[in-house]
Amino acid sequence: MTALLMNYLPIVIFFAIAGALGAAFILAAAIVAPKAPDPEKLSAYECGFNAFDDARMKFDVRFYLVSILFIIFDLEVAFLFPWAVALMKMPHPTAVFAFWSMMGFLGVLTVGFIYEWRKGALEWE
Amino acid sequence: MESFWTSPAGWTLLTVGQILAVLIWILLSLAFLLLADRKIWAGVQLRKGPNVVGPFGTLQSFADFFKFVLKEIVIPAGADKTVFILAPLVSFTLAFAAWAVMPLAPGWTVANINVGVLYLFAISSLGVYGIIMGGWASNSKYPFLGSLRSAAQMVSYEVSIGFVIVTVILLTGTLNLSQIVAHQAGGFWHWNVLGGGGLAGLPMALVMIPMSVIFFISALAETNRPPFDLPEAESELVAGYQVEYSSTPYLLFMIGEYANIVLMCGLISVLFFGGWQAPFPTPFLAHWAPTAASFFGFFWFFSKIIFFFFMFAMVKAIVPRYRYDQLMRLGWKIFLPTSLVAVVLVAAWRVFGPGAGA
Repeated sequence: MTALLMNYLPIVIFFAIAGALGAAFILAAAIVAPKAPDPEKLSAYECGFNAFDDARMKFDVRFYLVSILFIIFDLEVAFLFPWAVALMKMPHPTAVFAFWSMMGFLGVLTVGFIYEWRKGALEWE
Repeated sequence: MESFWTSPAGWTLLTVGQILAVLIWILLSLAFLLLADRKIWAGVQLRKGPNVVGPFGTLQSFADFFKFVLKEIVIPAGADKTVFILAPLVSFTLAFAAWAVMPLAPGWTVANINVGVLYLFAISSLGVYGIIMGGWASNSKYPFLGSLRSAAQMVSYEVSIGFVIVTVILLTGTLNLSQIVAHQAGGFWHWNVLGGGGLAGLPMALVMIPMSVIFFISALAETNRPPFDLPEAESELVAGYQVEYSSTPYLLFMIGEYANIVLMCGLISVLFFGGWQAPFPTPFLAHWAPTAASFFGFFWFFSKIIFFFFMFAMVKAIVPRYRYDQLMRLGWKIFLPTSLVAVVLVAAWRVFGPGAGA
């Protein structure tokens, strides 16, 4: 267990060093650079006039739809990873069984995919 | 001395040293690749590009860096200050942390974990957060719309990248990036792009060549590069999620973006083009010192990265920008079904094709 975790420790250190480097860049500018804020400079960019309302407005529901589709297919990919690693490590009859089981799973998802397509969930306009 | 490097203090020192070496290598490469990007772009348009700072403009990136540091950090009055500063930091940290598992040469990996591919997949999914946070925290319309577009685009292409990676895993049977590279030893006909099984695997090249193309195009979309740079389409959204950023926070976004591009170039070479393997059989390496062999491998890996970066730069210079609905159609209606079919084909080849049952 410790040996396994030790493999991941460099990643944690990597995160820490990369984060520290990024923070150092921001701090460097915060210390060295001039600071002369005025209301015009701090206003949100809006092509020359003041913003009419808050920018955190309603937006197209399609973005939600895309993210939901993403979750479905990304999960599917996550299921495929262990299957793909294990497939050739099994004896042949088991591998054949594993192959057809995954084809069943992919078949079900393909039916869902075709349904989405026909329903127009993938149309952007 | 041997015992010192295995003691906790020595191990920490060694790891920190390796990480710093990798970080400095990436940052230095980025400085010159950024210049190369601008030079290539300029060359295609018959301009000279940056040519003032240093010989042929070679020091331009360093001049730019100091310019960024000396500029005021403007935080809009309506912005969420914490998230606004955190967003570029997240982008930057994630783009670099992904390099932790990249096999740079034989034995040169900061963290040689067994689920390297999964780790990269997770980190590149997390990359969306930096952009969403930046767009939301700015409290301005262009960044908000830009970040929404960017997030939708990145997740769309993430899916086809996932399926393409599964085909590679089916051929190599491992999630460890070093083992994926080791699997492609013995010359270019062993590379995954040509089926990964030597001459016997060549029929799979029919599937794997299109897969590598899909991966390349998806990598363009994933990193918001032209022709898929809709999040920052200047004619529509000014500069997308970066509109309100200035000084080093902007610099962090930009470095993060380029680090991701170089990461994708590295990933293409690792998954499809043999990583640090030379394109010819290298039995003579057995007589070389391990360090020399590592530098030999690193040379090939770096050459491949530079080649794919050149392709990225040429695509930027040559291909016109996509429309947003075309982009979503390409991702969901063409790449996703194609890569899904490819997964089935490769799996069938592995289970029923020649060499099955072995």
